Amino acid sequence: MFELFFSFFKIGAFTIGGGYAMLSMVEKAVVDQKKWVANDEFWDMIAVVQSLPGVFAVNTALYVGHRVAGIKGAIAAMLGAIIPSITIILLLATVFREFRDNPVVERVFKGIRPCVVALILAPSLRMIKSAKVTWKTAIIPIAAVFLIWWCKVSPVYVILAAIAGSVIYALVIGRRQKTEDKKRRI
Amino acid sequence: MIYFQLLWVFVKIGVLGFGGGYGMLSLIQHEVVDHYAWMNTTEFADMVAISQMTPGPISINLATYVGYTTAGFGGSLLASFALCLPSIIMVYLILKLFMNKKNSALLTNTLKGLKPAIAGLIFAAGLAMMNTQNFVDFGRGQYNISVIICVLAFVASYFFKANPILLIVISGVIGFFAF
Repeated sequence: MFELFFSFFKIGAFTIGGGYAMLSMVEKAVVDQKKWVANDEFWDMIAVVQSLPGVFAVNTALYVGHRVAGIKGAIAAMLGAIIPSITIILLLATVFREFRDNPVVERVFKGIRPCVVALILAPSLRMIKSAKVTWKTAIIPIAAVFLIWWCKVSPVYVILAAIAGSVIYALVIGRRQKTEDKKRRI
Repeated sequence: MIYFQLLWVFVKIGVLGFGGGYGMLSLIQHEVVDHYAWMNTTEFADMVAISQMTPGPISINLATYVGYTTAGFGGSLLASFALCLPSIIMVYLILKLFMNKKNSALLTNTLKGLKPAIAGLIFAAGLAMMNTQNFVDFGRGQYNISVIICVLAFVASYFFKANPILLIVISGVIGFFAF
């Protein structure tokens, strides 16, 4: 239990840049060093955990923890993964609110803000590329942008609509794969 | 009251936040900036920068920050916990009860279909931050340094996969000398 907590604590404390950056570190700790989960099971699990909503790192910690030591293990691993974050942000937020109006900090952040905008736009376009969006399916992201940005529709509804569409799509794809399997067998 | 709002907002985000920290950005922005007006768009941009630069999951960083600014220490713990709560239930149920080949194929195919929409969501979050509060010299100075920073950072990030922390640091330095 302490081992679980401590392993994920280390991962939470030393990986910068969010969930995917920590993947290789989790693999090293969980598969190579502690041998909690076999290699192919680990990657199967990642594929599923990635498709779940929520915090990727937390989902991974919960799964590994549960696999090793049941519910208590899951909670221990999850706390390990999030406690460093919470502590560091609490410290920084307190300090930052003190210094926000400092002219030097203000100037630095005036430079940072446009950069943040770029850092949000770039991965979204990369995601569109990796999703293999064609001219036909490009309507989906364009519609999402239009609804949220222009019509001020809550992203909640956009996601719900997208989930409904995707489930139908997945069912159709699943059926098609099944019939192809049958054809092959014949 | 604020505690209930935080709980509700972040449980919702935990349930609907597909696509990792960035995927949640649009949801957090809508609730925190547009709906409840807990912070303005510059504070939101600063918070994203800080969350990006510090270790740990970006979404937990964001939740802690939002919770702290709205309701102090207790708020920060509550928001982070609320964000994890749906995960705890979901991972337990899904991996324990529904985990087999057929269902996991359905799940990954669903995500494949969701991806373009999530990308659109993230793009919208970026667009919503393109305003004169975040681009302070837009239309005022001769040089529009903030636009230049944004374009250069975009090119570096999109085409060269530059390290985001490095880009934030460089932009900060440019900001210090330019503004």
